Amino acid sequence: MSTENKAPEEVKAAKKEKIPRQKMPEQPPDVRRKNFEEVPYGYTPELAMKEAERCIQCKDPRCRQGCPVEIDIPGFIRFIKEGDFEGAIRKIWEKNSLPAVCGRVCPQEIQCEGLCILGKKDEPVAIGNLERFAADYQRLHGRDILPPKAAPTGKKVAVVGSGPAGLTVAGDLILKGHEVTIFEALHAPGGVLVYGIPEFRLPKEIVFHECNYLKRLGVKIELSQVIGRSETVDELLERFDAVFLGVGAGLPIFLKIPGEHYIGVYSANEYLTRSNLMKAYDFPNYDTPIVRGKKVATFGGGNVAMDAARTALRLGAEHSYIIYRRGREEMPARAAEIHHAEEEGVEFLLLTNPVRFLGNEEGFLTGVECLRMELGEPDASGRRRPVPIPGSEFTIEIDTAVIAIGSGANPLLTKSTPGLALNKWGYIIADPKTGKTMKPRVWAGGDIVTGAATVILAMGAGRLASNSIHDFLTYGW
Amino acid sequence: MFEIVEREEMAQGTIISNWIKAPKIAQKAKPGQFVILRANEKGERIPLTMADTDPAKGLINVIYMVVGKSTALFKTLKVGDSYLDVIGPLGQPTHLEKVGKVVCVGGGTGIAVLHPITRGLKQMGNYVYSIIGARSKDLLILEDKMRKVSDELCVTTDDGTYGHKGFVTDVLDKILSENRDIGLAVCIGPVPMMKFCAKMTKEYGVKTLVSLNPIMLDGTGMCGCCRVQVGGKMQFACVDGPEFDGHEVDFEELNLRLRSYLPEEKLAYDRFKAAMGHTCACKS
Repeated sequence: MSTENKAPEEVKAAKKEKIPRQKMPEQPPDVRRKNFEEVPYGYTPELAMKEAERCIQCKDPRCRQGCPVEIDIPGFIRFIKEGDFEGAIRKIWEKNSLPAVCGRVCPQEIQCEGLCILGKKDEPVAIGNLERFAADYQRLHGRDILPPKAAPTGKKVAVVGSGPAGLTVAGDLILKGHEVTIFEALHAPGGVLVYGIPEFRLPKEIVFHECNYLKRLGVKIELSQVIGRSETVDELLERFDAVFLGVGAGLPIFLKIPGEHYIGVYSANEYLTRSNLMKAYDFPNYDTPIVRGKKVATFGGGNVAMDAARTALRLGAEHSYIIYRRGREEMPARAAEIHHAEEEGVEFLLLTNPVRFLGNEEGFLTGVECLRMELGEPDASGRRRPVPIPGSEFTIEIDTAVIAIGSGANPLLTKSTPGLALNKWGYIIADPKTGKTMKPRVWAGGDIVTGAATVILAMGAGRLASNSIHDFLTYGW
Repeated sequence: MFEIVEREEMAQGTIISNWIKAPKIAQKAKPGQFVILRANEKGERIPLTMADTDPAKGLINVIYMVVGKSTALFKTLKVGDSYLDVIGPLGQPTHLEKVGKVVCVGGGTGIAVLHPITRGLKQMGNYVYSIIGARSKDLLILEDKMRKVSDELCVTTDDGTYGHKGFVTDVLDKILSENRDIGLAVCIGPVPMMKFCAKMTKEYGVKTLVSLNPIMLDGTGMCGCCRVQVGGKMQFACVDGPEFDGHEVDFEELNLRLRSYLPEEKLAYDRFKAAMGHTCACKS
């Protein structure tokens, strides 16, 4: 903004004039509902610098307390404000190896941005958008740089699972001079970032780029290694000084109602893995098929349900319903995700509970019978418990169903690992401050400890575990 | 990358045997376990039960029938070519124990899966009756290998071109009725064959293992694509199986679910055949 040729009062007024939170340009809903390209385009350097100017550089920044990996937020924003984008990414890398991912998928409204002081009277600084900008700018225009690494310690760490928790542990420990090898069961690294979160929210190219960044730092990634079958944790302990388990909560939960075997009934894991990891949306150019339903119902109200319902639209559904047994207020999905789904035309059938699937003689799904619900007293989760209204049965015609009511602990690894203590749901018991399990030299973190949660919580758990592993490797405790 | 070091075309080129270099898998694999293979970057993940392993040489053996795009694509891989991904060993190994007399029944490419299990049962000291069947003589595989690991072997062909004319169940009925002391049956082949075998052994009260072949995606228990009903309970064939009690399996449901992608499978295969044909025309 030029201040030349203006009276001093005008300059003062212009300075006082508040800069509004800069919106990120995005694809219009009627266009994007037909493609798998990313919805927001990202900030231009100009928009990013303008948004960075809004940060008042608090002495005791609260935003930082809201970040599970404690990025120096005012620090990196100051670099963006000055146009030093390389300085910004270096500052972020001190604490976070996956900024392009976090800038996109963190629920900033309840983390960093939720604590931003500007948010008290106005809109908070768009920290997520700025983090994303710094990472994208580096990827697309930056020099080939890496952060400094500590001298080699000669210690070896095995990380099982290449999701957000495992990638964080690997990124932290490699910088501290340890040798790190990641073991991943699928043929691509990234965990839920690559098989779960759709392309239109998190382009896979970005996940691979961030995994590549770890590889350039020296992390070894061994793909298609199913620990528990290919090799056991005890065998890893023979070759490595410490083992981190970040295998996630990858067990699909079904509705357990009649008719779940009909063709067209998917777990969200299967539906999203086919579409994202195997690129079934590009069948027959890619070999993996997927049922392209015209009337698709997704069961559940979380982020995974929103991802599945929006994927269904892009696969050509004329109707994509979200069927959820509670009300809108109780939906666990982020407000922004619900909003995006709504804009694209996802239809919400709330206070509705499926009782059985209907199918034809060839085994194809034709419909779902549901009951209407009303909200009763709050239950253990604090949310009002849905109660069926007797006699309110009705049928919805559908040809595809996606069950997105949560996931559990996959027992494949834990069953083959003696000495690990599990809770009654099969999750690994680990110290919440250190990630230490009951088994010596074995740490765990992320969804396999907490049950299905968010990307950034898994990363936060990874950070705690990596600090603890580093202490163990350095001092023996 | 997983190199093919030996390749054999069986049954007039419709069934292919690949010995693949996969030392880690060869070390770990036990009878009854499977691998998932992907030929190239755009390929799908295909489960195949291992027909054999050679841990000393670091090799595994898979035998598959060409039935669609992916297996046709696999067939184009020659010695020296590689699969992009081979993942395993997956699934539960067969529980091998000495029960006395056992009967092993294999149909089609199921014989390839049956062979290491039969060998294991034989090594445990069981007396092994084997019955292997195919539609016709040309399609029969592994007769010699099966003979080596069986005490008695009977071959059937649907059209009578070799061995007993008829189905494996005809012979199974005879063996079961003549030997009331058979402790275990293992039946592996097409779904209808396993279904009829299990129905028959149930009448004789003989415990029966079947190896199921539902559609799979990851093979590690994270998607439930391979879910089957066993004893009224949902089981995932990739982690709970692939072997189950044949008397408890809902074969009807398995058969329906195997038909999930028939139109897509046909489309992919037709496109592939057209593309291969086109290549040939260009060269000529």
